[in-house]
Amino acid sequence: MRPIIASSPFARRTFSTSQLMALVIACLIPGMIVQWYVYGWGNIIQVLLASIVALATEAAVMRVRRKPIRFTLKDNSALLTAVLIGISLPPLTPWWITAIGVVFAILVAKQLYGGLGQNIFNPAMVAYVLLLISFPVQMTSWLPPTQFLNLELGLLDSLNTIFTGYSLDGYSVNQIRSTVDGVTMATPLDTLKTDLSQGLTSSESMTKPVFGAFAGVGSEWINLAFLVGGLILVKKRALAWHIPASFLGTLFIISSIFYLVSPDGVASPMIHLFSGASIFAAFFILTDPVTASTTVKGRIIFGALIAILTYCIRTWGGYPDAVAFAVLLANMTVPLIDYYTQPHPYGRKPQ
Amino acid sequence: MSETELNPAVDEQDTPSQPEHKAGLSEQSKDIIWQGLWKNNPGLVQLLGLCPLLAVSNTFINALGLAIATTLVLLLSNITVSKIRQWVPNEIRIPIFVMIIAALVTAIELLMHAFTYELYLSLGIFIPLIVTNCAIIGRAEAFASKNPPKLAALDGLMMGIGFSLVLIVLGAIREILGNGTLFHGANNLFGDWIGDITIHIFTTDTSFLFAILPPGAFVIMGFLIALKNVIDHRG
Repeated sequence: MRPIIASSPFARRTFSTSQLMALVIACLIPGMIVQWYVYGWGNIIQVLLASIVALATEAAVMRVRRKPIRFTLKDNSALLTAVLIGISLPPLTPWWITAIGVVFAILVAKQLYGGLGQNIFNPAMVAYVLLLISFPVQMTSWLPPTQFLNLELGLLDSLNTIFTGYSLDGYSVNQIRSTVDGVTMATPLDTLKTDLSQGLTSSESMTKPVFGAFAGVGSEWINLAFLVGGLILVKKRALAWHIPASFLGTLFIISSIFYLVSPDGVASPMIHLFSGASIFAAFFILTDPVTASTTVKGRIIFGALIAILTYCIRTWGGYPDAVAFAVLLANMTVPLIDYYTQPHPYGRKPQ
Repeated sequence: MSETELNPAVDEQDTPSQPEHKAGLSEQSKDIIWQGLWKNNPGLVQLLGLCPLLAVSNTFINALGLAIATTLVLLLSNITVSKIRQWVPNEIRIPIFVMIIAALVTAIELLMHAFTYELYLSLGIFIPLIVTNCAIIGRAEAFASKNPPKLAALDGLMMGIGFSLVLIVLGAIREILGNGTLFHGANNLFGDWIGDITIHIFTTDTSFLFAILPPGAFVIMGFLIALKNVIDHRG
C-alpha cells in the first residue's frame, strides 16, 4: 500500500456549505441588532418575510427540477440570500416588492443558472438592482434614525405599514418618514451628493443633523457592528480576507487621494467607508464564494475593481450608493480574472 | 462565383416549382411556412433584428406597429430582390439590397408619418432603423436572391409574420407586467374611430419599470426562447 503523500497541515477544520452559511448568518446578527436599534423593526420583518419567500421559491424550483428539496433547503444558501436582501432594503418597503426581489433572486439569478455554485451574479445584488431600477420611489424611501422620527413606530405599526402601506393610525410611509421639522431626511451619502451638486462644500454639508461622529448618525454604528461580524468571520477563517481588505483598502486610498486634492469637493474617506453599504458589502456580499474570484491575486483585483467602480458611481454617477452595481459589473469579469491569475505550480514558468 | 454559374442554378429551381405551384400548396411552400413561423423564426431562433425587437416592444400597439412595418418591408424587399436577381452582379449585391430596402423603408416611414403620426412619434428612430434589421437583409441574401418571386414573397411574408408574432407577444407581456394594461394607445395605430380599447388587467400606482426597460426585454425574450425549446423537446 502506498502512503498518501500530502503536505502539512494534516489536521484542518473545514466547514460544510450548511455550516458556513449558518456561520455567516450568525455573524450578521450584531449588525442586525444595531440596525433594529437605529431604524426600528422594519428590517427584521423584511428578513423574516424574505426568508419565507426564499425557502418557498427554492422548494418550488427543486420540486420542478425533481431534486431533493430538504437537502437543498438545508444548505442555508437561500436563507443567506434572503437575509442579505432583507438587511439591504429600506425598512418599510412594501411586502410585494420584497417578494418580487427574492423570487427573482432565487428563480432567475440562482436556479436558472443551475443552482448553488453555478450562478454568475450575486443573487442578493441582482434582486437589489432589479428593485432599485423598477421601483425607484419605494427603494429610496429610507427611514431616518428613530430619534428624528415624528411618530412612534412600533412593531405592529411597522408590520401594518409593510403589508398595507399605512401604519395603524393611518399614516403613509411618507408621513412616517418626515422628521420633527416635517421634512424627510435623505441618507448621508444622498445628502452629501445633493449638497455638493448645489454648490455647498462637504464640510458645510457635514454639519447637517444626518451626520454623526464620523459618518451618518446611527448608520456609522451599524457599519461598525457589521465590521465586528465580518472580523469574526475572518478570524474563524470562514472567508478569504483578501477581498474585504482589498476593497476597503482601495476605497480608502482613492477617496483619500481625491479628498486631499479637493477636501471640500468630495466626501471624506470616513464617509465612504462607514456610510452606505461599504462595510456590509465588503464582508458579506463580495465574499460570496460562488461569484467572487477564487485565486489570491484575483481576489485582490476583484475587491479593488469593485472599490474603483463604487467610488466612480458614487462620485460621478446618478446613484448615491453603488455597491450593488459595482458588484454585478465585477461579477462579469470574474471568469477573466480567474483565467489570468491562475497560480503556477512551483518551479514551472508561466507561459 | 460568376453570374454564369449562378444563373443556371436559379433557372433550374425556377422551372420545377412552376407546375407544383398550380396543384396547391407544394412541399416547398409548406416548408417555407414552417421555417418562417416556427423552426427558423427570425426572432426566436435566428435572433436577428434584436435591436428593434427589444427596444420597441414595450407596449402591444408599439410592437404591432413595428411588426406591420417590418413585415411589409420584408415582403416587398424579398419580391424586388427576387425579381432583379438575374441582373444583380454578385460583387455588389449587398449595397443594392440595402438601397432597395432603404427605399422601401423610406416609403413606409412617409406613410406612417402621414396616417399614424402618433405612432410614428412613439416608434421614433426605430422606423428608419428597419433598414439595418438583419432579418430583412438576411432573407434577401439567403433566400430571395436565389429563388423565384412567388417563393420569395411567401418566405418574406412568413418570416415577417414569425418576427411579428414574437414582437407582439413580447409587447403584450411587457405591457401587462409593466403597466397592467393591454392595447393601450390603439387609436395611435388604427385612428380615432376605434376609441379607447385599453384593457386594465390590474391597476397599480407604481409600474414595474424593469419590464418596460430594455433589460426586462432581454430577460422576457430569454424566457420566450426557453419556452420554444421546451416545446420542441417535448414534441
